[in-house]
Amino acid sequence: MRNLVAAPVIVLAVMLQSAIVSRVYLLSGIADLPLVMLAAWALQEEVKTAWHWAVAAGLLVGFVSGIPWFVPVISYLMVVMAAQLLQRRVWQAPLLAMFLVTFLGTIVLYLISFATLRLSGVPLPLSDTLGLLALPGVLLNMLLAIPAYAVMRDLSRWVHPSPEVE
Amino acid sequence: MGGVLALALGGYFSTASNVFTGSLINLQSWFSSRFVAVQDFLTAPRDIASLRQRNAELEADVSELQAQVIQLQQQVGETDILAALVDFSRARSENSYKAAAVIGLDPSPFLHYVIINRGSNDGILRGMPVVTDQGLVGRVDSVIADAARVQLITDSDSNVNVRLQNAETEASLVGSVTGDVTLDLIPQDVAIEVGDLVLTSGLGGGYPPDLIVGQVVNIRSRDFDLFQRATVQTVVDFNRLQIVLVIVNFKPVDISPLIPAP
Repeated sequence: MRNLVAAPVIVLAVMLQSAIVSRVYLLSGIADLPLVMLAAWALQEEVKTAWHWAVAAGLLVGFVSGIPWFVPVISYLMVVMAAQLLQRRVWQAPLLAMFLVTFLGTIVLYLISFATLRLSGVPLPLSDTLGLLALPGVLLNMLLAIPAYAVMRDLSRWVHPSPEVE
Repeated sequence: MGGVLALALGGYFSTASNVFTGSLINLQSWFSSRFVAVQDFLTAPRDIASLRQRNAELEADVSELQAQVIQLQQQVGETDILAALVDFSRARSENSYKAAAVIGLDPSPFLHYVIINRGSNDGILRGMPVVTDQGLVGRVDSVIADAARVQLITDSDSNVNVRLQNAETEASLVGSVTGDVTLDLIPQDVAIEVGDLVLTSGLGGGYPPDLIVGQVVNIRSRDFDLFQRATVQTVVDFNRLQIVLVIVNFKPVDISPLIPAP
């Protein structure tokens, strides 16, 4: 039943992204709060529902954004995939895994967005995209990674309470 | 007795009387001040407690009033914006406007879109131009019942047909991923200058004519290029968009079927 918390959390993350995070620029780059929260959620050991979160968050971002809906859906699914792969390999260093997933996820999101928009005829220079959007975006996502990880860890413990040791 | 009274009335006892009454007054003052001091000592703790309580009440009042001041300042700011928009709509009475608040930005950094709190329930349709009292903002890209997404003229995929007021020539205004806007397709033989005003031309049917867009701030003209290019400083500050006007009586014309496929 507590898994239903995904709905308000995802809606809140997308609302915060649109209303606040998108207004905080570094050069022309912005952070991606749903992506970072999704990465943090998928890295929690007890979590089995990250795939559902990825689809829901991707569809919601695709609905709000002018970018084609499949771009965030595919990107977020790849974030979850990367998180679950890394979780088994660097599980003893969760923050390192968090940074790695955030970095890879952001790069994947930017690559897919760039390719899709270029294919649909939007003139996007690669150098500007890389220097003014992607790198600042990666940096901002890294800054968000630590607090997002802490919040999602607490949420995960609330959703999946560990049995008390007698 | 009568002699004493007569001497007193004659003023012969005045010195002694002054000394006596002065001593009494000093004594009374001494008693009074000591009493007040003792009273203060005994009642002071209760006063401090009541003063602290009163201070807390006043601090709470100050906080509440400060919050009210901030709220009122915000309302004054919104009122100023709305007053400017009303002036603008009165000056251009040929158009019908619907005011809308900007409630969000596009989550993707690749796109320059804003989300407004008016939708199809308010008569907003896709393609309607969006302005402020300063100038052109963009046009409605998609609509749901109570909200709409507006593509700004700074978006990479935005293309606005404009004219330069002083040079009397047409050009194309394109956005970019960084939010800078550039004038393109300016013929080489046209003399343009920094400071020239850029207005919508109305060509193509996407926007009404004569909406202010910005000013030329930089010109790039090279002999081997087919056209000149110029950087434009928009009159609208897109980082501070709060309230916009949608021109609801403008029907955009879709000329895409008339453009031959490559």
